[in-house]
Amino acid sequence: MSKKGIKVITEKCVGCALCVKVCPFSAISIVNKIAVIDLHKCNFCGACKEACKFDAIEIFKPEIVKTGVIEDSKGVWVFVEEEDNEIAGVSYELLGKAKQLAKDLKTEVIAVYLGYNLKAKLNKLFHKGADKIIVIDRPELGVFISENYARVITHLIKKYNPEIVLAGATTKGRSLVSRIAVKIHTGLTADCTGLDIDKERRILIQTRPAFGGNIMAQIITPNHRPQMATVRHKVMAELEEDISRIGEVIEENIDEEFIDKRIRFIDFIREEGYKVNLTDADIIISGGRGLQAPENFKLVKELAKVLEAAVGSSRAAVDSGWIPYSHQVGQTGRTVGPKIYIACGISGQIQHLVGMQSSKIIVAINKDPDAPIFKIANYGIVGDLFQIVPSLTKKMKEVLKK
Amino acid sequence: MKVIVCIKQVPETTEVEIDSQTNTLIREGVASIINPFDMYAIEEAIRLKERYNAQTFVITMGPPQADSVLREAISLGIDEAVHLCDRTFAGSDTCATSLVLSKTIGKIGNYDLILCGKQASDGDTAQVGPGIATYLNLPQATYVRKIDEIDVKKKVIKVERLLEEGYEILELDLPALITVVKEINEPRLPSLRGKMKARKQSIPIWTNKDLELKEKDVGIEGSPTQVVKIFSPPARQQGIIFEGESKECVDKLGEELRKYIL
Repeated sequence: MSKKGIKVITEKCVGCALCVKVCPFSAISIVNKIAVIDLHKCNFCGACKEACKFDAIEIFKPEIVKTGVIEDSKGVWVFVEEEDNEIAGVSYELLGKAKQLAKDLKTEVIAVYLGYNLKAKLNKLFHKGADKIIVIDRPELGVFISENYARVITHLIKKYNPEIVLAGATTKGRSLVSRIAVKIHTGLTADCTGLDIDKERRILIQTRPAFGGNIMAQIITPNHRPQMATVRHKVMAELEEDISRIGEVIEENIDEEFIDKRIRFIDFIREEGYKVNLTDADIIISGGRGLQAPENFKLVKELAKVLEAAVGSSRAAVDSGWIPYSHQVGQTGRTVGPKIYIACGISGQIQHLVGMQSSKIIVAINKDPDAPIFKIANYGIVGDLFQIVPSLTKKMKEVLKK
Repeated sequence: MKVIVCIKQVPETTEVEIDSQTNTLIREGVASIINPFDMYAIEEAIRLKERYNAQTFVITMGPPQADSVLREAISLGIDEAVHLCDRTFAGSDTCATSLVLSKTIGKIGNYDLILCGKQASDGDTAQVGPGIATYLNLPQATYVRKIDEIDVKKKVIKVERLLEEGYEILELDLPALITVVKEINEPRLPSLRGKMKARKQSIPIWTNKDLELKEKDVGIEGSPTQVVKIFSPPARQQGIIFEGESKECVDKLGEELRKYIL
């Protein structure tokens, strides 16, 4: 047996097929009453080992080795992202989480902020949890180009050797840290919904959904540093602003070689209606095929206005041309996780559910009592949305005294 | 011009169900499909073939069964395919997967553009595209919603890239890598002729012997991340369902919502 891999101990296996059922990769089958693992498909996740009542499965993983790099690494870094020339909300949320991780590790939170004309915006990072800020304030970094930022941050990581690096799971954040992780050759876990410290081993335990939220996986990066993770907006909580907090600003600079001339920014075009940014919204009201016609989206929009909510939609409504694609929630649209998600006339196909099932409170309004959306709804009304939605709008006006 | 599309075989999520007794995924008999986002990458490659007479390749890393997604891509109009299939690749995380794919692309050689879907529907990481670009030292544009134009002589591509608050226009020197979103096109259906061609075409299978990567750099050993545990998310509690359109129902719902809003 090599030092990696998975093995069925045939003397112990009784062919009960418990492992077959739990394998998320359908890699196990029973042949002649013995479990056989297809090594092409196996991801060595250990679900089978855990399910096996007969200790018949052994998994050999690379050992956790401590090297100098790992022991010397210190600090929890947060990549500070801008949106609209302001620090993005997700960056403050990450500082909040980083503070907690740093406390467990007895280390510092370091905000890493690249861009141009940043001075006036630095203090709030301290107020929101940063102990130190590494800043590079240069006109060449005024526009986000993933390769340029990746080169700069890779250089900084090599210089300071942080233990953990966090970034927002945004278009910018993902494009950036994927490059850095490969350059440094370390692990990166996307879309974490939970981050905790195994204090004894000083390891970051990263929890994330997979298969559209149908299963959760715990992932670690045992042998490489930094341990890198991205987190979506609205998943972690930001700290109360403490204006008495201050810290050290470390100014760094860039080399000319950090700027990749093979990629050039030409223009940025703001999309109308962006202010109802779905991924930012605390409340989303979505409409689907049940609205029957494009003009009926006004019912959804009126309720959204009263609740100061964003307007979402199912794929069916977008494909019918009732509302632009930027409103689409679901597998081929946006993934959202607001405090309240109200689905009006959406039956809840799995492709829609995977895009919104992490919402805290789900409300379904649909005339079909068997619609799948009711299975995941915290509250539902079975009935005619053309009556229910306007009267809910009226009721919410009263509730909010508008 | 040579265009290489990277695709992945994924379970069709519409059919993934949870076994309520064991609270795990039922994957038996679940169909495997081309990752939905990769369909847009394939379509875009075929459009580049039509527009610029590009030579198109599709590659995938996966078990022997993944052969079917390559044939589907050919049936749609892709010219050539390569299948990366080796047990040593199993258990690769995004970092190791990027390495295997980039090495393959390097071996195919003389490429101008690499296309990927924005992410895979089973892992949702969006990390492999940029990972490949990094290994190959290529400029990248992720979340591309439109290829404005390619200047074949100057070897420059102009794209529109979707951001949270709008979109940006970028110009990249070729060779480059782009990942695409749904907005970029509407994938076609395979033609009968395409299906015939796909059935007959021989698809080379490359193992690690062909790529000559060190075993410690691929598969579970070459993956900095380790999955330590997989579990079911906490089940949602049975909700409160009201019947009918009466004011009473709506008022009750309104009062419940008050708790979360105020």
